[in-house]
Amino acid sequence: MVYLTRKIEFSASHLYHNPAFSAEENRRVFGKCNNPHGHNYVLEVTVAGEPDPTTGMVLDLKELKEILQCEVTDRMDHRFLNYEVPELAGQIPTCENIAAVIWNLLEPKIKRGHLHRVRLYETPDLFVDCYGESNGAGGAR
Amino acid sequence: MKLHLTRRYRFAASHRLHSDTLGEAENWRVYGKCNNPYGHGHNYVVEVAMSGPVDPSTGMIANLTDLDAFVEREVIEPFDHTYLNEDVPEFRSRVPTSENLCLEIFRRLRTFPHATLERVRLEETGLNSFEYAGEPGGSTK
Repeated sequence: MVYLTRKIEFSASHLYHNPAFSAEENRRVFGKCNNPHGHNYVLEVTVAGEPDPTTGMVLDLKELKEILQCEVTDRMDHRFLNYEVPELAGQIPTCENIAAVIWNLLEPKIKRGHLHRVRLYETPDLFVDCYGESNGAGGAR
Repeated sequence: MKLHLTRRYRFAASHRLHSDTLGEAENWRVYGKCNNPYGHGHNYVVEVAMSGPVDPSTGMIANLTDLDAFVEREVIEPFDHTYLNEDVPEFRSRVPTSENLCLEIFRRLRTFPHATLERVRLEETGLNSFEYAGEPGGSTK
C-alpha cells in the first residue's frame, strides 16, 4: 500500500456560537472564538492504494487537485463558514466538524485508491485528523 | 469516522544523558557529547493527540481551554526551564532521553478527564522526534 498526500490552503472566517446557550454561556464556553474571526487553513489529504502498473500512479494528482478545488476550495475559500457553507449549517464550525464535512465530501469522489486521512490545520499548533472506520488510525502518518 | 484532535506545545529544558549502571568510559561511549557533565538543552515541541466523541453542543472533542490548562499543569509548568535530571523526580532514577521523556509525558497526560489520549509525539530538535501511543489494550510502560 502506498500513501499519497496532497496539500492545499484556504482562508475562511467563522465564529463559535450555540443559539441554545445564553450570551454569557457562549462567551464562557467559546471564549474569543465567540467573536467572528478567521484562519489560514491547511488541508492534507492522504489517499492509500496500490500504484497502477501502467501509469505507476495511485491516482492522478491532477484528478485529486480538481476534486479538492471543486469540493473544498470553491466551497470554503474566502467564505464565512457559518453562513456560506450549507454542509456546516446547524453545526459549530470547529476544526473537528470542518474536517468531518471535508471527509464526507471527498470520500465518495476518490475512485482510485481510497481516502485514508484528512488532516486539517486551523493553525500550525492545532489540527484534526479524520480517518474512516475501516482504515484505523494506525496506518501511515 | 474517527477524529483525533492534536495540539502542539513547547518547553525548553536541559538534561544530561548518564546511566548510573554504566562506568564513566562506558557512559561516554554510549552517550557521547550528551554525557557532558554540565548537561545541555533543547527546545522541545510536544504534540498531544486526543480522541473522543464530538459534543454536538460545542462541536469539540475537548475544549482547548481545558486541554491547555491540563497540559500546562502536568507538563509545561513542571518541565519548562528546568534541569530534567534533578528537577523532575521521575528522572532522578531514569535517564531523561527523549524516549523516556515521551513515555513520562504520556503517563502524565493519560488522565485527562474530557477525552482519550491517543498519542504523544515529542520533537527534541527539528530533526529528531519520538512517538508513543500506549501499548495494545490500553496499558502503558
